[in-house]
Amino acid sequence: MSFLSATNMTGGYGAGPDILHDLELSVDKGEIAVIVGPNGAGKSTGMKAVFGMLNLREGAVKLDGTDITGLSPQERVHKGMGFVPQVRNIFPTMSVRENLEMGAFIRDDDFEPTIEQVYELFPAVYEKRNQNAGELSGGQRQQVAVGRALMTQPKLLMLDEPTAGVSPIVMDELFDRIIEVAKTGISILMVEQNARQALEIADKGYVLVQGRNAYTDTGEALLADPEVRRTFLGG
Amino acid sequence: MVDILNALVAFTNFVIIPASAYGAQLAIGALGVTLIYGILRFSNFAHGETMAFGTMVVLLVTGLFQSWGISLGPLPTALLALPFGILGASALVLFTDRTVYKFYRRVKAAPVMLVIVSMGVMFMMNGIIRMIVGTDDRRFADGERFIIRARDFKEMTGLSEGLALRTTQVLTIVVAIATVALLFWFLNKTRTGKSMRAYSDNEDLALLSGINPERVVMITWLVVAALATVAGTLYGLDKSFKPFVYMQLLLPIFASAIVGGLGSPIGAIAGGFVIAFSEVTITYAFKKVVTYLGPEGWRPDGLVQLLSTDYKFAVSFAILIIVLLFKPTGLFKGKSV
Repeated sequence: MSFLSATNMTGGYGAGPDILHDLELSVDKGEIAVIVGPNGAGKSTGMKAVFGMLNLREGAVKLDGTDITGLSPQERVHKGMGFVPQVRNIFPTMSVRENLEMGAFIRDDDFEPTIEQVYELFPAVYEKRNQNAGELSGGQRQQVAVGRALMTQPKLLMLDEPTAGVSPIVMDELFDRIIEVAKTGISILMVEQNARQALEIADKGYVLVQGRNAYTDTGEALLADPEVRRTFLGG
Repeated sequence: MVDILNALVAFTNFVIIPASAYGAQLAIGALGVTLIYGILRFSNFAHGETMAFGTMVVLLVTGLFQSWGISLGPLPTALLALPFGILGASALVLFTDRTVYKFYRRVKAAPVMLVIVSMGVMFMMNGIIRMIVGTDDRRFADGERFIIRARDFKEMTGLSEGLALRTTQVLTIVVAIATVALLFWFLNKTRTGKSMRAYSDNEDLALLSGINPERVVMITWLVVAALATVAGTLYGLDKSFKPFVYMQLLLPIFASAIVGGLGSPIGAIAGGFVIAFSEVTITYAFKKVVTYLGPEGWRPDGLVQLLSTDYKFAVSFAILIIVLLFKPTGLFKGKSV
């Protein structure tokens, strides 16, 4: 069984109509899984379902073999999930270091070593540590946001479109960092608009259409699949 | 030369010293408003009443201490009673939060609704205060009244203008500096203070980080009760305690918080002094100063006063409107209203 396994997920926001239909997502340890698909396919919604931000009418989410379907997002953070929202993912009027400290709020032990690790992983974060996070560029903000989520030492890191609105160079840089995070043994589940580049670094890719699994395979295989290329990757 | 000195002394005596003390009082009041706005996300109209309630407790405990013969020598006894006032105000705001605001937080009421709710709370608190101490004007400052007396100053310097420095004015500045230093240390250096700033910055992310909103709200109320009591007591010592005046103080306090930028503590302090100095300068009769500075033997016919002191609230109101029109986020980039 995979480290994260979400099966048969069906549900939507509040009492609204179902957005997800029998959706399945799974990630192995140290693996990068990428969710791609057209606009409105339910990519972000699928990830939010994994994080407990919407009510599932059916299905179950299991982390490391434990059923966490009934837990709130905060409780899932305690269980080892880290989540980086797409927007508003930093504390803008607090310094970068304080952002990291707030990421470690639930920890009672000494989190200095983790801060050092984040600084090592993101040299730009170290350089700007005393600056307010709101004054940073888009790419740097994303690094701070990922750094903040890493402060709880999560076992699964979820990223909602980390490269939205950043330049191609910054995007490559961010993907490099994400690969490095995965190398430390953290599983990564990521939603991406830049499907081609994201699938290139993905161990596993999920193509969603209208809240359902359309194609699931390794990133490489999806990139090579003529049907996927034609419909989703623009030839 | 002597004339210029005399003009300067008159200006210091009637504008700079009173405005500094008043500015410090407004600043501490505005800090409370700005904290509530930043963290509970509404403009708390009951803040003036919170100040009045805290001051009322200080006043009553001061009376008790005086009857027991306890005093602080040259310093006002009210300083000893201050912790009790803070406790009283804390109990009051925590009680209103539990019974009133908590419900509106749970139903996620719009901020404008909370403003109206706080108005209701204001009238309730207002009634309670009037029931306990009535509406009279009370003075509760005791101890040494002056640090420098006008007559002594004249004798000392040989100038014809006197300069008086009251104990309460110096006390206001000293206590204000200590309070602000303590508040900024708390907000910037402690884990709890940082979690309050985080919650104010980005509520959703604070929740994701495991920050407990109810705890943040409770601590905010406690800090606000302390600030309100300190501000109210300093104002009451400097002038007098009259519940109705505290309700009126709401306007300059809100003006200070908005001028500085709602949600920004530094802005609240700057705003307090901007409002105080504008109010005092615009309503001061410059006749004396102009007479000293003008040609020998000439004196202006009028008072050289831009606005009568009756209109002092018009000054804060005008500044408030100007800021809202041209820089709605205030001097220190607070949240737009």
